[in-house]
Amino acid sequence: MTLEELQALAEKTRAAAAVAGRVVRVCQGTGCHSAGSDTVQQALARETKERGMGEAVTVMRVGCRGLCASGPIVSVSPDNLLYRSVEASDAPELAASLGGEPLERLRLPSDSPFFARQKKIALENLGQIDPESIEDYIAAGGYTALLTALASMAPAEIIQQVSVSGLRGRGGAGYPSGLKWGTVAKAAGAEKYVVCNGDEGDPGAFMDRSVMEGDPHRVLEGMTLAAYAVGAKHGFVYVRAEYPLAVSRLRKAIRQAEQYGLLGDKIGGSDFGFKVELRLGAGAFVCGEETALMASVEGQRGTPRPRPPFPAQAGLWGCPTLINNVETFANIAPIVRRGGEWYAAIGTPKSKGTKVFALSGRVVHTGLIEVPMGITLREIIFEIGGGIPDGKKFKAVQTGGPSGGCVPEKFLDMPLDYDSLVSIGSIMGSGGMIVMDETSCMVDVARYFMDFCTGESCGKCVPCRVGTAQMHRVLDDITRGTASEGDLARLEELCDMVRNTSLCGLGQSAPNPVITTLRYFRDEYEAHIRDKRCPAGRCRISQEAAA
Amino acid sequence: MSPAAPGVVTFVMDGKDVSARADQTVLAVAREHNVAIPTLCALEGLSTVGACRLCLVEIAGSPKLQPACVLKATEGLNVSTRSERLDKYRKMIVELLLSERNHVCSVCVSNGHCDLQSLAQSLGIDHVRFPYLYPSFAVDASHARFTLDHNRCVLCTRCVRVCDEVEGAHTWDVMGRGIRSQVITGLKQPWGESESCTTCGKCVQVCPTGALSEKGKSVAEMRKRRDFLPYLTQMREEHA
Ligand SMILES: Cc1cc2nc3c(=O)[nH]c(=O)nc-3n(C[C@H](O)[C@H](O)[C@H](O)COP(=O)(O)O)c2cc1C
Ligand code: FES
Repeated sequence: MTLEELQALAEKTRAAAAVAGRVVRVCQGTGCHSAGSDTVQQALARETKERGMGEAVTVMRVGCRGLCASGPIVSVSPDNLLYRSVEASDAPELAASLGGEPLERLRLPSDSPFFARQKKIALENLGQIDPESIEDYIAAGGYTALLTALASMAPAEIIQQVSVSGLRGRGGAGYPSGLKWGTVAKAAGAEKYVVCNGDEGDPGAFMDRSVMEGDPHRVLEGMTLAAYAVGAKHGFVYVRAEYPLAVSRLRKAIRQAEQYGLLGDKIGGSDFGFKVELRLGAGAFVCGEETALMASVEGQRGTPRPRPPFPAQAGLWGCPTLINNVETFANIAPIVRRGGEWYAAIGTPKSKGTKVFALSGRVVHTGLIEVPMGITLREIIFEIGGGIPDGKKFKAVQTGGPSGGCVPEKFLDMPLDYDSLVSIGSIMGSGGMIVMDETSCMVDVARYFMDFCTGESCGKCVPCRVGTAQMHRVLDDITRGTASEGDLARLEELCDMVRNTSLCGLGQSAPNPVITTLRYFRDEYEAHIRDKRCPAGRCRISQEAAA
Repeated sequence: MSPAAPGVVTFVMDGKDVSARADQTVLAVAREHNVAIPTLCALEGLSTVGACRLCLVEIAGSPKLQPACVLKATEGLNVSTRSERLDKYRKMIVELLLSERNHVCSVCVSNGHCDLQSLAQSLGIDHVRFPYLYPSFAVDASHARFTLDHNRCVLCTRCVRVCDEVEGAHTWDVMGRGIRSQVITGLKQPWGESESCTTCGKCVQVCPTGALSEKGKSVAEMRKRRDFLPYLTQMREEHA
């Protein structure tokens, strides 16, 4: 398919959509899907058909809208209506209301801060297009960046735009993407690979899953642009097998793109070819670490190896390999289409663009959000998230998952970016954000994350394998009220040692939740140890210990 | 000074200038210069995995410690192989290993000839500050000539590597994650039922502790013979 053909198809699809006056979009993200949104969609399709609305109303499937806890979510355009918790039994009433008075009973205000404060780039197609339709993606401007680039941009120009955009890796570490692409492009080697990291192992995180499910072509287009830029012919998307919907949508998307000549040989009539394969992971957190991930793709046991050499120098089968996160790739097509300067105008001086977060825990609106870098935690939690439910008091927010830290109230007004979070002991991470109120015990939170890291350590290096188990033991003792001051000193010593001597990022960052809770909530640790008391009333201090 | 010849690099180790071939590791150079760096997973003749972390060294200008067994000698590198911090970390690593499984030297076949025991002695470890985890592990005595005792295993994977890289059998591997990892033969079959094991005994000889031993050896009788490894390595290099 050439650029002209692509544009013609986009026109045609848009014209067909314009004929149908009203579009009812039913979210089929994992959250809404598990709440029964597929039967809601069927019921709505049946009802509108039976009411003879056939031509005038289209009922379609879309990706995650972000308000997962209120699903199934249904929207109606052009009326700009949003409905929550829709059940199949609501379909007759909802169908009857189309074109007339909105169904107030289920209505969500579409101008609520939850939507108004967001800025969508990576997620811009989610909730808008049918993720299983390449035509929908093309009608929304998809693959224009790719075919335009193939026709008129040199690989170096693409890397230049990505560098200018200031985009940093969304998988956690925030490494400048343009720099990484440049390194792979310069690396010597006939064979190079592009890998998309869709392992997403942090508990509570579902940003990447939503993108792969809701807009799979966006990921493929980003990867193909990357392949052209660095000179790769093969790519892999590594997805955990627990994401079956993401797997099936990606698989379908790859097939559709191949049929349209947007993947495979001679893409868009150019000399450039790129093939993508899926690789399923068995759900190990450590397999998100790039060297472990590559071992897994090669068919080996998923354990990390020392770096250097970095994947850009020696990655898959020893060849230069570009590895980026799902969300990183999802930002590429808009950057190439609109230019790096456009993207760089959003965000803070050192962290450009937007970031997707999975907001969860003790907050009114849990769900998926995309916000400009530089927004404050207060805006996210109290405006977008609607604050803490049940009149409880905010205590801390955990960012970065098991590798991140707990941020106390005094930093709520700090503009959020990669560097500001690091400066207070946490990390941006991949975007998990867990809000905690006064009923959370910070020692218990640290214990929970250490339990996770102990179980997910690959077992290769001693500090991570045994150190996390020993740290977990101390934390467990503290929450039971059986620990002494000496244990606390030993815990701090272990934090320092495990952080500095572990082989990979899992061990190096595993102490972070402990270090930050010790820094900001030391009194809670001391209350457990000295007074045998859990200030939040959460831990069950044994009677003997308290006596 | 004239510029270094191709393939030769000069760098600083513990404040002294040393020169090395560009393909050498810092550990190899240190050994040439009689600089002692403790190691456990590394064994000359096997691939390096950088897993035990005992050989970590400091690099001037970098916050990250690097394993000397993997770190390549490069021009201008400035490494310290000893420091108060490194000594402390090394001690802690050995203490963690001692706390992990059931290491009871007094009843061990390798007492007196054990790499873990020597490490503890050379690092001045006279007690372990971490609680013992006392896991429950089985002993596999199903092989006609050898015994595997998981209670004494430190997961260095020397057995896995020697079997795969030198013997070419790949009978050994690792299963499980984290603290529950263990070495296995075949698909976790009893060793004696393994069809790929050639009974060459290389795994036993490279094992640093009493985890792998020859049957019929009593306490302190198991001395490991590792001469075959440098010999085979040298032969392979000469005939490559
Ligand atoms: C324990 C561990 C888990 C990780 N998990 C993920 C993950 O699930 N997804 C991801 O994109 N990156 C993950 N990373 C980061 C990757 O190693 C790598 O930095 C990233 O995929 C690079 O892509 P980016 O530059 O686009 O962020 C993980 C790192 C560590 C240490
Ligand atoms: S000897 Fe280098 S890490 Fe074990």
